[in-house]
Amino acid sequence: MEAKWLDLGPTTQIEAGMAATLPVIGGEEIAVFHTMRGEFYALVNKCPHRQGPLSQGIVHGDSVTCPLHNWRISLKSGQVLGDDEGCVPTIPLKIDCGRIYLLREAVVAPRPADGPAAEPQAA
Amino acid sequence: MNAQTRLKDMIPAREKLVVIGNGMAGCRAVEEILERDRDRYEITIFGAEPRVNYNRIMLSPVLAGEKTFDEIVLNTAEWYEENGIALVSGDPIDHIDRARKTVVSRSGRVTPYDKLLIATGSDPFIIPVPGRDLPGVVTFRDLDDVDRMLAAAERGGNAVVIGGGLLGLEAAHGLSLRGMKVTVVHLMPTLMERQLDEAAGWLLKQELERRGQTILTGADTEEIVEKDGHVGAVRLKDGREIPADIVVMAVGIRPATILARTAGIECERGIVVDDHMVTSDPDVLAVGECVQHRGTCYGLVAPLWEMCRALADHLTGASTGYAGSVTSTKLKVSGIDVFSAGDFSGGEDCEDIVMRDGARGVYKRVVLKDNKLIGAVLYGDTADGSWYFDLLRKEEDVSDIREGLIFGQAFASGGALADPNAAVAALSDDAEICGCNGVSKGQVVRCIDAGAHSLDAVRSQCKASASCGSCTDLVASLLSLTLGGEVESGPASMCKCTSFTHDDVRRLILEKELKAIPQVMQELHWTTPDGCAACRPALNYYLLCAWPGEYEDDQKSRFVNERLHANIQKDGTYSVVPRMWGGVTNPKELRAIADVVEKYDARMVKVTGGQRLDIFGIRKEDLPAVWADLNAAGMVSGHAYGKSLRTVKTCVGSEWCRFGTQDSTGLGIRIEQMTWGSWMPHKFKIAVSGCPRNCAEATIKDFGVVCVDSGYELHVGGNGGMKVRATDLLCKVETEEAALEHCAAFIQLYREDAHYLERTAPWLERKGLDWIKAQLFDDPDAVRRLAARFRHSQRFMQDDPWAKRAAGERRDLHGHLATVVPAGKEYA
Repeated sequence: MEAKWLDLGPTTQIEAGMAATLPVIGGEEIAVFHTMRGEFYALVNKCPHRQGPLSQGIVHGDSVTCPLHNWRISLKSGQVLGDDEGCVPTIPLKIDCGRIYLLREAVVAPRPADGPAAEPQAA
Repeated sequence: MNAQTRLKDMIPAREKLVVIGNGMAGCRAVEEILERDRDRYEITIFGAEPRVNYNRIMLSPVLAGEKTFDEIVLNTAEWYEENGIALVSGDPIDHIDRARKTVVSRSGRVTPYDKLLIATGSDPFIIPVPGRDLPGVVTFRDLDDVDRMLAAAERGGNAVVIGGGLLGLEAAHGLSLRGMKVTVVHLMPTLMERQLDEAAGWLLKQELERRGQTILTGADTEEIVEKDGHVGAVRLKDGREIPADIVVMAVGIRPATILARTAGIECERGIVVDDHMVTSDPDVLAVGECVQHRGTCYGLVAPLWEMCRALADHLTGASTGYAGSVTSTKLKVSGIDVFSAGDFSGGEDCEDIVMRDGARGVYKRVVLKDNKLIGAVLYGDTADGSWYFDLLRKEEDVSDIREGLIFGQAFASGGALADPNAAVAALSDDAEICGCNGVSKGQVVRCIDAGAHSLDAVRSQCKASASCGSCTDLVASLLSLTLGGEVESGPASMCKCTSFTHDDVRRLILEKELKAIPQVMQELHWTTPDGCAACRPALNYYLLCAWPGEYEDDQKSRFVNERLHANIQKDGTYSVVPRMWGGVTNPKELRAIADVVEKYDARMVKVTGGQRLDIFGIRKEDLPAVWADLNAAGMVSGHAYGKSLRTVKTCVGSEWCRFGTQDSTGLGIRIEQMTWGSWMPHKFKIAVSGCPRNCAEATIKDFGVVCVDSGYELHVGGNGGMKVRATDLLCKVETEEAALEHCAAFIQLYREDAHYLERTAPWLERKGLDWIKAQLFDDPDAVRRLAARFRHSQRFMQDDPWAKRAAGERRDLHGHLATVVPAGKEYA
């Protein structure tokens, strides 16, 4: 029986203000973000505009700016901010005892968020 | 009788005013008196500290390294001189002889007075525990205390701050920024309990702990433990012992009343004064933290201004009186917004309105009584602090706006939501606009009426918004309210996070010696928690340029290309361009490039416009290995990805070309070796052509050299790209050395003046060629000095970023957290 949550290891792997990548064989690469306020979020690593790697963008507040064409994405909801439109699937994430966990079923098959925005998970 | 004495007799002798205390209250009182009547008093000020008057509330920023002593000086030595004030510093008054109307200083100096003003302030309260006199136990009251703390911080180690009030937390913050491991020991269950309620105190504690401080509440100090004749630890009543290399005692202050008390002047907790700040002796007045007025002693700066006004009115014969102050508090700890005012202890006849926003870390609470606002606590969002404070002081009936009250002024005033100006219009004339400089709305409006029609003019004429900038929006509203459409708009602000322009930010970074991005954002009151994708890279560059060798580059604020030292492509892979000096290469380099292309399966290799080879399609994980291979062949980063020197393009010049006049290739290589690795406001391209046929296209480069028989023409401000601009001729020089020197000077001028992401062409058009020439040539030494600054900065820039990454630095930027292999996919 597989665990419900996938253990990605300690939170210290990702510096605040940065992101790290998690390739999924046969699936979408995931980006795990650590904001300057100490919150963690996971999103599919793909801008809805031209598929830019969001993990490489500049993180500010609880959003990231895509490195390709400066689209801004909310890390909480995956929604594109500002005048542009679109949505990036988010992956439920929890922090437990200083380790990052992702919801396994969402890692394998991420779905666009249509419910309320994810709660921030602070370390 | 000589002529001099006769002259003296003709002028009525001035009354002698002696001021004890050269602090903020004493000096402010004197300033207020001089403003009303310059000639009435002959003034002598006695100060215990051996220095001029400074802004004591700014000691915290000095400790935190955000300000220097010079910046917090309020009155310079010249001020005393110009106003004919005798300043006796470092010789405190020992006693007051009211019968003879004299004061006697410690050194025995006897000074007569007609009016005496006591402004002795307050003394830090020392808790009577064993060990309180040990070396290493300090208070936080004056500059000497700050110096002692700084000395301790230099040695590093553990600091214990006793007292979790305003002062203690500011001390803890400063020591923590200075690298000490800080523990705050606080007797009460929540921090700043006099200013904050439990919820806000808790939020504050969380934030400070998140920043690495240890906060012990409900902690009672039993003893300060000695170790080798110096403080060694603090022991609590519950037995816990906290190691300490320095102990800061910040549990509170007591009005300094000893002088008054021994002179027989009526004192209770403080020196008792009436509404005109007169003590029980009609010729003795007192002002500031040492007084007790209508039963209250104040420890904040705002009431002090009010007292000084009343006192000066009285001493110049226009008594107005002081009716006491309602105070508000702000904590000066960067990035933590805390505001409180009035009474928020609550109670049966009070009504609380609370709003919390957990995600934003915001907590707001206002307390109402009889439909009036009597207290407010704000944490995380203090924008409406001054509005609440104004409602509170005015004792206005708020029943009409009660529903929207907690959401702040914009919401509560209904229609004002769409019009921030209406909210500002509603402020009263004496509402404070600029807290740093104590400027009221009325003063700002008068300043605008007197001709200050732009933000800059207001800043320079009445100082509003000139310090921290947090009230810029208010001042801007006042400008448009007062002038209608006639506001002279200044240049646009840097981004939505700030009201300051690029030029303002660059200037303030130098003036205030700001040396880190969070520090800039705090000091200049950024409206966002950590900036945006526009301002962060700009600030990183400005700091890098301002403090070469000192500022630590912030990778989080770098665009991906500069963070990964390669160019991101549309498919998320990267392209790699090794440096080829002057565009010259050799078989070894070409072989290494060819090998990399094959080994890493690069999909394309292409010659660039700048005479280099670009390898396309490298994955971020492979970048360090690619660089290691290129390094092995002697090649370094070509910085084709950076806001930095890109390439120096050359033609073959006199070595091969039948038209060549100089060694353009050789000069190009020398220029590239001098300039590579330098960060700039934008990309920077150079070319050297060996003759006016200009095969290297030097006249559309940021800096271009066109060799001629008699020397070198230096061209600047050219640009290919979207808007082609041909260069302007800067000057002509005779030697290669001079060409190099001018190139370095021009680059440095551009680095120090241009806005981030402004290329030389628009920069030159904005500033004008004449301005650039003036900067370089008006002072015969300017080129040398600029070039020297450039070379100094290059000492820290010219090490190959690829080599460090190839050797394993910042692996986290290139690797993955892990790879997920879903069940059933292993063999797929």
